[in-house]
Order: sequence, then structure tokens, then C-alpha cells
Amino acid sequence: MNQKFSLNVNGKVHNVEADANMPLLYALRNDIGLNNPHFGCGLAQCGACTVHLDGQPIRSCITPLSAVGAGKIVTLAGLGTPEKPHPLQIAYIEEQVPQCGYCINGWIMTAAAFLRDKKKPTDTEIRTALEGLKCRCGTHVAILRAVKRAAAMMG
Amino acid sequence: MTRMEKSATFSRRSVLKAGGALVVSIGAPVSFDFARADDATLAGAKPPLTPDQLSSYIAVNADGTVSAFFGKMDMGQGLFVAVGQIVAEELDVPFKSVKVFMGDTATSVNQGGASGSTGLQEGGKQMRMAAAEARRVLLDMAADNLGLPVDQLTVTDGVVQAKSAAARRVSYADLVGGRFFNVHLDWNGKYGNPLYAPGKAQPKDPKDHQIVGQPIKREDVAPKVFAQEDYCTDIKVPGMVHARMIRPAVAGAVPLKVDEASIRDIPSAHVVWDQGFLGVVADKEWDAIRAAEKLKVEWSDAAPPFPDQAALYDHIRNAPPRKRVVEPKEAGNVDDAFKTAARVIEAEYEWPFQSHSSMGPACALVEIKDGHVTCWSGTQKPHFVRAGLAAILQAPEENIHVIWTPGPGSYGRNDADDCAMDAAILAKAVGKPVRLQYMRNQGTGWDPKGPASIHHARAAIDASGTVIAYDFLSKGFSRVDVDTNGSKPFDTMAGQTLGIALKSGDGFGVPAESYAFGNKRTAWETIAPLLDRASPLRSSHLRDPVGPQIHFASESFMDEVAAALGVDPIEFRLRHVRDPRDVSVIKAAAEKAGWRSRPSPRTDQSGDKVSGRGIAYAQRNGTHVAMIAEVDVDRRSGKIWARKFTVAHDCGQIVNPDGLRMTIEGNVVHGISRTLWEEVKFDRKKVTSIDWMTYPILDITETPEEVDVVLINHPEIAPSGAGEPSSRPVAAAIANAIFDATGVRIRRVPFSPDHVKSALS
Repeated sequence: MNQKFSLNVNGKVHNVEADANMPLLYALRNDIGLNNPHFGCGLAQCGACTVHLDGQPIRSCITPLSAVGAGKIVTLAGLGTPEKPHPLQIAYIEEQVPQCGYCINGWIMTAAAFLRDKKKPTDTEIRTALEGLKCRCGTHVAILRAVKRAAAMMG
Repeated sequence: MTRMEKSATFSRRSVLKAGGALVVSIGAPVSFDFARADDATLAGAKPPLTPDQLSSYIAVNADGTVSAFFGKMDMGQGLFVAVGQIVAEELDVPFKSVKVFMGDTATSVNQGGASGSTGLQEGGKQMRMAAAEARRVLLDMAADNLGLPVDQLTVTDGVVQAKSAAARRVSYADLVGGRFFNVHLDWNGKYGNPLYAPGKAQPKDPKDHQIVGQPIKREDVAPKVFAQEDYCTDIKVPGMVHARMIRPAVAGAVPLKVDEASIRDIPSAHVVWDQGFLGVVADKEWDAIRAAEKLKVEWSDAAPPFPDQAALYDHIRNAPPRKRVVEPKEAGNVDDAFKTAARVIEAEYEWPFQSHSSMGPACALVEIKDGHVTCWSGTQKPHFVRAGLAAILQAPEENIHVIWTPGPGSYGRNDADDCAMDAAILAKAVGKPVRLQYMRNQGTGWDPKGPASIHHARAAIDASGTVIAYDFLSKGFSRVDVDTNGSKPFDTMAGQTLGIALKSGDGFGVPAESYAFGNKRTAWETIAPLLDRASPLRSSHLRDPVGPQIHFASESFMDEVAAALGVDPIEFRLRHVRDPRDVSVIKAAAEKAGWRSRPSPRTDQSGDKVSGRGIAYAQRNGTHVAMIAEVDVDRRSGKIWARKFTVAHDCGQIVNPDGLRMTIEGNVVHGISRTLWEEVKFDRKKVTSIDWMTYPILDITETPEEVDVVLINHPEIAPSGAGEPSSRPVAAAIANAIFDATGVRIRRVPFSPDHVKSALS
């Protein structure tokens, strides 16, 4: 049974009519037209679908629309723009991190929330904060470099 | 060239004519933008898109920019940057004025797609020759135009001018801009990787290179980090429906009864079923997913096709070889030499099935309209997919347009080609454009697998401690049980589920090294697949196909021999390798890592936490790699941390050192993951590795603290590949380091904590 939802995504309200059990990911991709985030597993195991809900990283692939409510959703596209980039986006470009890049939402959105709350993190703290996220191209070493670079930029 | 201001969303659509076929370009990122190509292709009659035409590779646009049409693609390592550098270098135009268009069957000839790390080795070679020929033709035209002989002319940034009088000048744009080259090349008649079609021109002397060799950055990173990159998963066309495939719970089973009523309550959902082919389509993606989960299917009673996993290596050991190959020719007489041995060292190694498990499961969109087929796919081989679609749809190839669009990772013959073929069957069945994405359990459980194998090595030692004979045999499932591409329906799930007659190929390989022993034999044997049709364990190419397995064994064994003889493992290798480039990478890695000579294992450690170092080296099609792993072992938990890698890499001329360095880092990390964690699990009925919990890979917490790369540049040697060679020594380097740390030799991958713990106890 379809229901009506008002989703606040990247500062704009979108009305979506869908099954209440449908994960947020499909509303973002198909109803609202944001190509990021990505479907990676549908099981909250990889992070490719990560968005912020009220500032916290969530896996949109398992978050039903009924659980989103009036929460503010921010996707990678809303985190920063070429004109006003987030430090992680600058660092990712500087370090040339992604290869296929399909995993990127998980790493950047998780690291963005982490670096917002944790200044001057250690290497171990960064690794622990990113634990469980998947990258299949093996860009892990570059990811760590970029997160450290962004951390330095964020003071 | 970096155009971050361009927002490439899926709503931006333009319909363009290119190469005689209708091309729909949807939100293409800047590198793949057709607008420029269109300028060139519309201005005048284009010669046919054949390998013997210069226009098939290079066009000078009206504004003087250059379009390079490349029949291979970048899988994320920045290949297109390096190709752009080569083209700009040979043409004497600024790098920023070159755009490389990749993997579109309407604009490029079949150069083999992404394949075997040949992007620069073969693809780049051809683009270099084409660009050099374009420059030669342009100089001839300029000579006519300016009334001066060619040797009186020079080119700077696409402008030809007289050496004596800079005012006498004419630009490439003035000479040919917007028109096509109509120049024949001397094509060798081959398609794919070996395609080669030089002109009359000689390429530049590498000592004159100014753009080749520069660390130019990728322009596709910014669109990715700003969420502006469209993947094949993101393409949409009007009227498109969503689909999901349904695979059996027992491999080999086929549907006997499909109860469409069971999904009647899901809007627009319906079934496409033909023999073993079973899918569902619905207007909404979520509805297709729900329908696939809910559909009631009665399956045939298939006999469980697989052995117990614990019996896999015995199965390989005991299976009759289907094909045996000794390569190269046996040196000396190995069997006779073993009869005279004072001592024989012998060992056997085992490697599991592994999955591509791309970051996302494969996705393809197929539209069939007015007899024309358009397919968007993340395939590594769009031209071959075109052939596959032609065969399975029984349509002429010229009516089929495959547009490579970046996919969710690749690493060989993953599930992309199967997905394109399945989507085509569905699109034909429902008469609408179909976007099919597999689910995670299919991306891991049903992709073609890297083959499982065993490797037997023995060395004969004489009384003086000299190796007099070496015998190495790999035996395993074929690397081409299904071929490396989807050009033949029988190599795809669609063909196999639709009952098309099968043909399993035979292929494996031998160690690539230069150890000189008086008597030496390296060989391989393949065995039949466990299930000949629609098997989730069908084997094919996975990054550096069979390289990691073979060199895990051969380079572990060289360490075993060195240890048995009490010789430092680097010293042992240097005694026996003959290729000077092998010597130089081994020495470079040793020097950078600060290697001090001593035999393995260490004898100075006690307690649960120990560390060690290991060397391994290999060649791959002209590339030479040596690496030293420094590894921490927790004896109590069995946990390995491959803490530091020092890699010396020689792939001839370096076109882009930063791109190369990142490529090597990715190889090493992927290689560590395969070594420490990756094993496809299965039971008698099915593959049970179906997600990231059941197919674990390396975690960021286990990432090395450093991958130290030493690049050895040989500008005088044409570039060979880099996309895979540094994958292959990783497992042996780690195994050798574990032995150095613990004195225990681990001969079976993966080195997961459980395996290591039991090996150490």
C-alpha cells in the first residue's frame, strides 16, 4: 500500500508516494532523481548507499521510508559542491582517491560525520571510524591519506 | 578540461547522430561527452569505422581540439589520462585539448576493451601510432599550405610554423578542423588486443617527450566526489522498466512451475520465463525486487552438483586432466635429473575459488527500438558484448550499439556481460527498455569465479647444495571455462539458461620468471567444471587471471628451497634469475626496504606477537615486479597484519607516474585481500558466499600503513602493463613473511585467522 512522504533532502522538500517499507535509497535514486547514493548490497554491509540523516550517517538501503520522518537528509551532492566543496571532497581530489568510485558515499559521508565530531584524530581512530566500509578497488591507502588531509584542513 | 561546473544529471539528455547509429547520451561525464565527437562526426562524410582508417582513432575538431577514439576503457586507474598524454605528445598539442572517448561501439573499433593490462601496452601503442600518423599528415598539408618543405616546419600547440619565420604559420584547425582524415593505415587484420594499424610515421624519440612522463591528474575524480558521475546503474530512458533475475537454490535446477499469481498484488510485476531463464519486471525498482523475492517457483530436482568444500582440493588432485600443456619447452631432462638428486624438496599449494564481488552487482540497460538495440553496460568489453547481443537477439551487429558506462567495479570477467545479455532477453520479451541490476547475493554468488587450483613443486638438489632440477605443475579449473567476454551466448548465463550448446575452454598458465636451472619444467593441467551449465562456480578471468595462484606457489616454493639450503631468500633469487630487469627490481626493492641478508626464519623472537619479512617477484607480459612484505603475526589469534609493502616496479616507459603509483597501491591492497580473506564458500547444492559477511574482504583497519613504491623508468622500452602485475607476488610475499616470523609455512590461501591459527598450532 502506497503512502505519501515528505522528504527533506539537501535542503529541499520532495513529496514521494511509495510503499512505507521501501528503503530510502530507492526514493532518492528513482523518485527524487539523485544518482548518488548507490546500491551496493541492500544489506547495510558496504556503505555505498550512505547518507546523513540529521547529521548521522545511515545506510539508506535498509532504512524504510517510514523511519525517515521529517529528518533532514544530506547526500554526497548536498555535502559540498564544486563551488563550495567539503574538505573531504577537496582532499579526495588532491589525493586522487577513487578508482571506480562506486563506494565513495560510504567513505566520505562516514568520514564527514566523524571529522565534524572528532578533531585531530589519530590513524587508529580514523581506521576504527571507517571500519566495515567496503572498497573493492583497494584504494584504502589513498582513503586514509585523504581523510588525514581533510582532518588537517578541518583543524 | 576539468569541467566541474557541468552538472551531469540523468535528466540532461541529448540525442545525437554518431557513426550512423542513434546515440543517446545521457548525463555523460565530461570525459565521455559526445558533444565534441558529434562536431567531428557530422562534418562531412566519415570514412567507415574500420581499424584501417586514421579517422577511427583521431579527429581534429573545428576549434583545434582533438578527439581520440579508444577501443579500450579505463577501469578507474586513469588509463584515459595516459592515452591522452600519448596522443597529445605525438600530435604536439596541449594535453588539455585532447579528449579521449572510450568503449563506445559507435565511435571506436574493437581494441579489446579492458583486458590483460594491455591498455597502454597494446591500446596505447596503437593510439601513439595513429597520433603520429595524424601529425605526419598534418605536416604534409601544412607544407603545401605554406609552400615550405616539411623539414623547415615545426609544431607547437597544434600550430605549424616555419622554423625560420614564425609568422608563416597555420593551425591544425585551419588545415583539417572539423573534417575527417581519410588516411589508410597498415592494419594487421586483427581485432581486440592485438589490433595494430600503424601509418607511415615514426613516433617521437622518447628523449623528446614532454607530456608523456608527467604526473597529470585524472579529471573524473571531481565529478565522482561531487556526485556528478553517471554510472551504468544511473542511466534511465523513457518507458524503462526494472528487472531482477531469479536463480535456483540448487545449482543446475530449472523452473518447472512458476506461479505468477503469487506476485499479482505487486503493481505491474510480471514474469519472463523461458527454460532456465527466469526474471521479473515491474515499473518500479522496489516492486521488481519485491516480486523477485515473493515469486513462487517450483524447481526441478537437480542432483547436488558440488563436492563438499573440504574435499575440493582432493577433487582437483584426483580429477582426470582435460588438457596438459608444458610451456615453455622443458629444459634438459627433469625426470632424469631427479633420479640423481641427493635431496628433493617438494611442496603443494592450494588456492580457492574467488569472486570478483564488484562493489555493486552488475547493471545493464537495454533498449530495443525500431530494430536497433542500445545497451548501456559497465562491461570490460563492449565490442564483444555487441557480438553477444547480436547472436542472442539474432540481430545484425550493425544494428547494435553498446555504450560502455562506468560500472560498479570490474576486475575481469565479472557479472557485467551476463547482465547485459539477461537484460537484452528481458527487453525483447517485454517490448520495453529494461534496466536490470543483479542483487548482492547474485553479484557474489553467481559471478564467474577465479578458478580454484593446486600447485605441485619439487626441486632436485645435488650433494653440493645446488639446484639441478625444478618441476612445477598447476592443476585446476580452467581460467576460460567461460571465456573472457560475452561475445558467445554459451559463455553467458543467458545462453546457458536458454539451453545453447556449451563449449568450455581450457586455459591456465605457468610461472613468469627467469630462474635458470639446468633442468626445468613448468606445466599446467585443467579439469572439467563441476557443473557444465549455469554454474555459480563457472570459472573465468579474475584480476591477473591465475597469476596470484601460480606465483603464490612458485614464489613460496623458491623461499622454501632457499630456507632448506640456509640461504637468504634474496640472495637465492639473485643467484638464479637471469633477466637483468628481474635483477634490478629485486635489488631495488631490497635496497628501499633496507633488507639485510640472513636466511629465514628469524630465530630471535618469542611470544605471541612476532613479525617477519618476505620477498616475492614476478614478471607479467614484459613488466617486472619485486615486493617485500613486512608482516605482523598474532600467534594467539591467527591474525595477520600485512603492515608494509615495498614494491619495485618496472613496466618500461612510465607515461604517468602518479597514476602508476596509485594503480600499484590498488593492486597490492586487492592482492592482500585475496590472500588473507577471500574464499568462495559452497555446499553440495550452491555457493554460500553471497554477501560481504560470507565473502569477507580486507577491512580498512587491516590496511597496510605504507605501500612504498619504487618506480623504475625505462623510456627506451615501450610501456607494458601495470593494472595487474603487482597483484601476483602479494600472496607469496606475505606467506614468506609469515614463515620468516614463525618458521611455519602456510600453503593454502586464504590466510584467515582460523587457518593461520590451526597452521601455527
